[in-house]
Amino acid sequence: MADKISILIVDDEESVRDSLLNWFIEDGYEVEAAGNAKRALQLLEEKDFNIILADIKMPGMDGLELHRRIRSLNRDTIVIIMTAFASVETAVQALKDGAYDYVTKPFDPDDLSHLIRNAAHQIALRNENEALKERVTTLEEVDDLIGQSEAIVRVLQQIESVAQSNASVIITGESGTGKELVARAIHANSARRYFPLISVHCGALTESLLESELFGHEKGAFTGATFNRKGRFEMADGGTIFLDEIATISPKMQIELLRVLETKSFVRVGGNREIVSDFRVICATNRDLAAMVKNGTFREDLYYRLNVVNIDIPPLRERAEDIPLLVNHFIRKYCISMSRDLITIEPAALKHLEKFEFPGNVRELENMIERAIVIGNGREIRLKDLPLGAETAESSVESLDELEKRHIGQILLKYNWNISRSARALNVDRVTLYNKIKKYDLKQKE
Amino acid sequence: MEEKKIILLSCGSFDRGFLKKVSGAVEDEYRCKVLTEECHPDLSPYYNPARRQYDGDRLLNRIPEWTSSGYSKLIGLFSVDLYIPVLSHIFGQAFLGRQTAIASSFRLRNELYGLKQDDGLLQSRTIKEVIHELGHTFGLVHCHTLSCVMRSSTYVEEIDLKGMALCSTCRSLIESDSILP
Repeated sequence: MADKISILIVDDEESVRDSLLNWFIEDGYEVEAAGNAKRALQLLEEKDFNIILADIKMPGMDGLELHRRIRSLNRDTIVIIMTAFASVETAVQALKDGAYDYVTKPFDPDDLSHLIRNAAHQIALRNENEALKERVTTLEEVDDLIGQSEAIVRVLQQIESVAQSNASVIITGESGTGKELVARAIHANSARRYFPLISVHCGALTESLLESELFGHEKGAFTGATFNRKGRFEMADGGTIFLDEIATISPKMQIELLRVLETKSFVRVGGNREIVSDFRVICATNRDLAAMVKNGTFREDLYYRLNVVNIDIPPLRERAEDIPLLVNHFIRKYCISMSRDLITIEPAALKHLEKFEFPGNVRELENMIERAIVIGNGREIRLKDLPLGAETAESSVESLDELEKRHIGQILLKYNWNISRSARALNVDRVTLYNKIKKYDLKQKE
Repeated sequence: MEEKKIILLSCGSFDRGFLKKVSGAVEDEYRCKVLTEECHPDLSPYYNPARRQYDGDRLLNRIPEWTSSGYSKLIGLFSVDLYIPVLSHIFGQAFLGRQTAIASSFRLRNELYGLKQDDGLLQSRTIKEVIHELGHTFGLVHCHTLSCVMRSSTYVEEIDLKGMALCSTCRSLIESDSILP
């Protein structure tokens, strides 16, 4: 297993905490302990644990209630309930609530060892399953590069020719044109396809966070660094790293990045061990990097290191002939994902779409189609189902909250209520997403 | 430079020949002087009548008081049944990366499992357990190598399966910061 299994022990008895802590440390696990449920929840806000061993009887919040709270925070965590007083009722309740197992203290060391090993095995299988699903999604998403226009055909030809090389690529284009899709397509068609494609949205992170995100950190490197953590460059070993919004990185990070690209080695924040990683780099930006080099805001040496090949994606308004193909593709995609019969689009609506400017490019078109399928009559997309149609005025008075609720609902539906993937798509953390779900009372349909 | 020294503190009923063989094996493995001391402490304060066992946590903390010699590492060897609150029993335990460890021969005896007494097997199990717990005091965690003495063993058959020595990886780990020459 690539990463160490992390375990949280929650028990009000200090001797139990210490014994288990010692036992698991000797077994090579990453372990923390909490004396009560409140402290456990605080620790869970700071980081995820793979396995939680919680005592059932604790002052304040008991183990069963803690388990329920944990389930609402992270359904992937394996919770094992411990008790000194076995009773069939509590055991049944814990298992009904989704606990992984229920054990009575004191444990036989052999049973404990097997229990944790089996749980670790389950986590490994789940991670593998997630990675495979992610790969399938990557391959599916590559299919979203649709079009017959001269401009998009040229992009597809460039992807094909550059994929087999190891050359660095800069993908340019307006927001929503599909820069990440092009990066995925290059990766999926390269010899590195069986290794990870790791995406980093540079614009979403501060300088220090980006540094820790890219290079990883050692335990104690800064406040909150309670565990060693791999960086994105390390995770991309053998594969590809996609740096989105590269133009936003600071001058200091530009120097760091240049050094890593030249040596393919780096040191984790707070560490001193040189780590070597074999990755290919693909960047994207919607800004004019050449102009930034000229005015001194982007390093020239880094620009030339990154810009071995440039793929420029045209905005949708410059390839309006692709709109009917894209519309059909998105109708098919969302009808299948929502388990609905395939629907059509009325000619007037399609005509309107072909004339629309699409400042948000293909992403905007995709969102429009998805929305139209959700709110439509289930047979065809009508002009009034599109925000640019007859009801534009009505939808424009929608409050920000209503818009947010609808958008979150659509994303959850799209990812089949997978919280991690939905949060990633929305670019928020899972806790924020859970809070929004609660706020808007969104519920998964059976 | 002060000479590094391990003390094997006998806190149970062991014959001297047995202790000599254990200390010899430890000396060979960790390549440093091993001094055997015998003490006969009153273990009744550590006895838990409800469990009919002795409290391993408290004994681990107490054994430094039962020797007046200086040491680098100290391991207390018991013949009584040891437990820690959360586990039904332990073969031994140690402070990871520190100085003290304890081990017990109680559950290493064949007779406990309805089998014929086997002194040779008891001796080899005890040696493995003592070297294992001392390994923890050197900062070693459990090893996945089948033959390594640092492999985790939760029942006696597992102890029998592993060897008496550290694997090359564990050895190189302690040699980088060790009492070894």
